[in-house]
Amino acid sequence: MLKTFKMGGVHPEENKFAENSRIETIDAPELMYVMLNQNLGAPSVAIVKKGDTVKTGQLIAKGEVFISANVHSPVSGTVEKIDSWTDASGYRKPVIIIKKEGDVWDDGIDTSDSLVKEISASKEEIVELVKASGIVGLGGATFPTHVKLMVPQGKKAEYLIINAVECEPYLTADHRVMLEKGHEVMVGIQVLMKALDVSKALVGIENNKPEAISHLTKIASSYPGITVQGLKVKYPQGAEKQLIKALINREVPSGKLPIEVGCVVQNVGTALAVYEAVQKRKPLIERVVTVTGKNVKKPSNFMVRVGTPISLLLEKAGGIPDGTGKIVNGGPMMGKAIPNTDIPVTKGTSGILLMTNKEAARVKEYNCIRCGRCTTVCPMGLEPFLLGLAGENLNWEIAEKERSMDCIECGSCQYTCPSGRPLLDNIRLCKLKVGQIIRNRNK
Amino acid sequence: MDPILIAVIVLGGVALVFAAIIFGVEKKFIVVEDPRIDLVTEKLPGANCGGCGFAGCRNFAEAIVKNESLDGLFCPVGGNTTSAEVAKVMGLVAEEKVPQVAVVRCQGSFANSPAKTVFEGVSSCAYAHMLYSGPGGCPNGCLGLGDCVASCAFDAMYLDKETGLPVVLEDNCVACGACVKACPRSIIELRDKGPKSKRIYVSCVNTEKGALAKKNCVVACIGCGKCVKACPHDAITLENNLAYIHFDKCKLCRKCVIECPTEAILEINFPARKVVEAPKINEENITQ
Amino acid sequence: MNMLTISGSPHVHARGDASKIMRIVILALLPAMVGSFILFGLGAVQVFLVSVLSCIVFEYLIQKFLLKGKSTIGDGSAIITGMLLAFNVPSNLPIWIMIIGALVAIGVGKMSFGGLGKNPFNPALVGRVFLLISWPVQMTSWPKPLSSAGGLTDVVTGPTPLGILKESDGFAQAMSNTNMPDYISMLWGNMGGSVGEVSAILLLLGAIIMLATRVITWHIPVSFLAGAVLFSGALWLSDSTYYADPVFHLLTGGMMLGVFFMATDMVTSPMNPVGMLIFGFMCGLLTILIRVFGAYPEGVSFAILIMNAFVPLLNKIKPKRFGEVVNNG
Repeated sequence: MLKTFKMGGVHPEENKFAENSRIETIDAPELMYVMLNQNLGAPSVAIVKKGDTVKTGQLIAKGEVFISANVHSPVSGTVEKIDSWTDASGYRKPVIIIKKEGDVWDDGIDTSDSLVKEISASKEEIVELVKASGIVGLGGATFPTHVKLMVPQGKKAEYLIINAVECEPYLTADHRVMLEKGHEVMVGIQVLMKALDVSKALVGIENNKPEAISHLTKIASSYPGITVQGLKVKYPQGAEKQLIKALINREVPSGKLPIEVGCVVQNVGTALAVYEAVQKRKPLIERVVTVTGKNVKKPSNFMVRVGTPISLLLEKAGGIPDGTGKIVNGGPMMGKAIPNTDIPVTKGTSGILLMTNKEAARVKEYNCIRCGRCTTVCPMGLEPFLLGLAGENLNWEIAEKERSMDCIECGSCQYTCPSGRPLLDNIRLCKLKVGQIIRNRNK
Repeated sequence: MDPILIAVIVLGGVALVFAAIIFGVEKKFIVVEDPRIDLVTEKLPGANCGGCGFAGCRNFAEAIVKNESLDGLFCPVGGNTTSAEVAKVMGLVAEEKVPQVAVVRCQGSFANSPAKTVFEGVSSCAYAHMLYSGPGGCPNGCLGLGDCVASCAFDAMYLDKETGLPVVLEDNCVACGACVKACPRSIIELRDKGPKSKRIYVSCVNTEKGALAKKNCVVACIGCGKCVKACPHDAITLENNLAYIHFDKCKLCRKCVIECPTEAILEINFPARKVVEAPKINEENITQ
Repeated sequence: MNMLTISGSPHVHARGDASKIMRIVILALLPAMVGSFILFGLGAVQVFLVSVLSCIVFEYLIQKFLLKGKSTIGDGSAIITGMLLAFNVPSNLPIWIMIIGALVAIGVGKMSFGGLGKNPFNPALVGRVFLLISWPVQMTSWPKPLSSAGGLTDVVTGPTPLGILKESDGFAQAMSNTNMPDYISMLWGNMGGSVGEVSAILLLLGAIIMLATRVITWHIPVSFLAGAVLFSGALWLSDSTYYADPVFHLLTGGMMLGVFFMATDMVTSPMNPVGMLIFGFMCGLLTILIRVFGAYPEGVSFAILIMNAFVPLLNKIKPKRFGEVVNNG
């Protein structure tokens, strides 16, 4: 039997419409909107000003504190303006707007397609390069990668776990990366292994991507220490803690990081970015984005420069179909609904999902019928109905006692609830308030 | 023996035993408490609204007795009368406070700030605030989901169905401040009620640049600074593209109201003006 | 382009909602209902019509005029309550008693707590027990199956197997009673009893529908049956001439109906598997306890109602939380 995590989980309709579309490169448009808050943690600080000329790959904003990341210019041209622009959060955030003029790359970047297998950089150099290149977790959480590569004192990494699960329905970006950039990914994994000083790497792939599993298994034989592991299809297997549980049956304690059980988890797209940063000296300025949806004419996977407005992607995928009622940045389970299509692609954009009004509508709300399905599907072993009730009644003590902070917001409870209760909405509210209460207490 | 006698003896015995136990427990676990706490509590309104900053009226009374002073302790519901009564119990002198009222500083109604998106989910401003900037696009404006209305323990607020904005019923409002805390966007503030309830305030909290603010809402404060110049009493300050009228300095001369190009400044409970000047919008004054 | 919707994730939902669950339960109840029409004739039809209709009407009226909320009859739960209540009464029950039963079931059992999902006790059982205590004579005059097809009045009544057992001095004597049907008859329903409870086989068919569509899980039925079989089996082994054997207990009375339809009601049963197992097992135990040692011949309804009261306690059993007890061997 295939491995998977034990507790909870659901299996939404996969709908991977774009799984057979090859990655297509989209040329950057005239104006690029490079957000300065593309990573989890502190926003980056612009180091260019209006009117400056920049080259592709040139550093334009610095991550000044530990948990922050550098941002590089995705195109060559002039800085038009430093302004604010609506991003996926629905709020205006600082942005550098660059006007494209040609495509001149910064010095020292290897733009060829040749595969560089030999890892010449030392352990420290790798971390430094990753940091300089502004790499963040490309699975969507955008946690700065260099932070993860610095194992805290007293802890020892044993396994590097590569998250190629892509458990979100619809999304196929990681899938295509594995099929088309398999070797680059493998070298990237080797680079990460060297940086972490581990000898074992596990690549977890869900069983609905058999070609990716067989392809990577085949090429993995020439890269020592890398094992490709097929996993049973179950959402949310791509969540860090669930993936570790599925692959090596270790449970990360509540409130702790994976390093506690000797693991570092990186997304497969991140491995590719690490390869490019370390082996080709190319900073993170582009990524693969899936554009899909039931009515989308041409569900596609695009290689786009960070900062491209998503309206261009939608156009390339055949335009916005009639009756589109919701545009989601990310997958249907954890993605964010966005208010307009001027929002640019950021490092964390894994997909754009177009949904019709009918699909996007929530199911009719009934009273809770106490069926207990939310408890059954919760991968964290919480009781979402209790937390939902705590949110409704503004009872933050119960919310804290019932460990709302453990919730990973996977949405399995709300997905399953036959009464259509807005469980996750209320749990998010609980997390917000309980977080505030805890912070105030620790002050 | 007579069965009645047995019953009397048994029941009487049981009663005695329990009486002894209760007496013992009471003696052992007696809580010595300042009797003034009860006296002060009696004087308080007993709504347990939390407007004073304590969980309930009794906690407030405990704090007063413990501090032996009324410094910084004020019951907004009871107001000056309660304060005076409490002060009498405590043998102190109460400080007079100007009555206040909650003021909603947003005019982003359905008409003024038309919706660009539809919200679906729990009716909670705190939650919607996490999700996006709001239906009209203003990141500071009212989300219209009524967290303030739900927080009001005095039936002093309701959501106007026409505008989608909360309305404060001045007669019911006791200025407890529950709505101020409930609003995730700090739109509501407590202002001095003013003589004959006359008040002038900037009914906007948007801190975006003028053009942006104007794009989302026709009555937004665009930070043009005209009111600041017009004010003869230095009561208006401009910060983050937003004007603010300090109610302690405002003399209610109404000069700023006429100047405001977007009608963001409201005057409440004033008699109607004889000549109503149509406010003009001068595009040049909108900060870019 | 339409106005875009903003909402929190997840943006998709599993197929099916509460009303679909209710529809499946109704479907699962249909075989036994049709069976009862054949066994008890027009009387059964009348009981069903009156019960279901009055349940719907009462729910509508209470929701509209007392709770002043939106109509909730669309969710189908009132129909289920009506059907289950009809299952639990004799087919010759006077109409007015049936209507009172529906009023108590919906009004007291369900709506007084706030409607769907809020009631601690199974509404149909509340109605049934109320009727049983208030009108014991009407509620325990059992028409003989296949005797009254075609007529509403002048039905031939007879005792239920459990009634015979209670009257007799021991199991052996009860089995020799000429009115006692054999096990095959009990299986398909040729015995005295409430409208819907007699045919074990048709109820099982409904149970399979519910299990296959995952409306119910195996936990409660299996533990309920286990509790009943173990306890009655132990008694039977101690004295097989006085105590009835487990098969007799399973096939008679409301056992099958209770096990699969009453005890498994989502609203009034525990929400976690461990709680479900305890709940079911205790239901089984109490049922046999009441049947063998109690004043009433039948104990399923009481057993389930008693255990319903324990559900909030059983819901305190917490699932194992991820990252709580760490055993990383």
